[in-house]
Amino acid sequence: MTDMATTPGATATHASGAMPAPSTSSKGTRILGAISLIGTALVLLFAFVISKPDAQLGESIRIMYVHVPTVTAAYLLMIINAGFCAVTLWKRSRFADTMAFATGQVGTLMLALTLITGALWGRVTWNAFWVWDARLTTAALLFLMYLGYLAVRSLGGPPEARMVRSSIVGIAAACLIPVVHKSVEWWDSLHQGQTVLGKLKPEVSGQQYTTLMLAMVVALCISAWLVLHRFRLSWLEDQLDDVGLDAALEARRSEAAGVAINVGGAK
Amino acid sequence: MLATIGPDTWWIIILAWAITVVAIVGYAAIVIRRGKRLSAQVPPDARRWM
Repeated sequence: MTDMATTPGATATHASGAMPAPSTSSKGTRILGAISLIGTALVLLFAFVISKPDAQLGESIRIMYVHVPTVTAAYLLMIINAGFCAVTLWKRSRFADTMAFATGQVGTLMLALTLITGALWGRVTWNAFWVWDARLTTAALLFLMYLGYLAVRSLGGPPEARMVRSSIVGIAAACLIPVVHKSVEWWDSLHQGQTVLGKLKPEVSGQQYTTLMLAMVVALCISAWLVLHRFRLSWLEDQLDDVGLDAALEARRSEAAGVAINVGGAK
Repeated sequence: MLATIGPDTWWIIILAWAITVVAIVGYAAIVIRRGKRLSAQVPPDARRWM
């Protein structure tokens, strides 16, 4: 805030408080943020106080209340990312590319948390942080693919070329999601089957099911809130890149005009 | 698949939740701080969400 008076776009009305301070927030994100905070408090209450230990998993069911929602959010964000990548390739849309980046980055964070909480759950249940199981290995591969997507998206070069390259990687990465999801059926796996979308019935029920569903809704609210802020931040970064590019072009034109005048004068 | 409940189970459960909360809060703080800094550098009409 201290540099507001010296930066383009900073006005006295901002400083006087007539307008809200510049940020990536809006009324919608503030409401969503409040819902997420209240929801998180409720999830903590359900996960640690109301929910009873599971007959099979024991107290470690409480890790499931964070592991399953983060992986659900990660899958959803990565599918949305693939959709925006496809639109980017089709329309060359900067909006779609920016949305793809925001969903890809938040999705990668959620998947990283899934892997970490899964490793901790494995330590309690299997007495090992990691085993080369089909589900774990494919999930780790998916994580590496999305790190690759983020790396390619962050490479320099013309914006259009960057959009195309990263979108191709994003769509290729999303092709791995069904493989991760079905890995527990396709290969012998230590990992339990599908917790919520299983074919026979939910493997959890009662308070545990309620807690899990609540945690999933809250994880989706938090993800949406993060994506909105990340999208707006990327949008601002692009705006500033454009301003910098325009200034560089203007400087180059002035320099070229100066050279032309000098050449003309010398003749 | 019976769980092996050892004395360190609760520490691991709390660690899993703590890592998740810290990672999300940390990421959100970085995004919001950078967003505030960059928002002040663009004209108001470039921030159409406000």
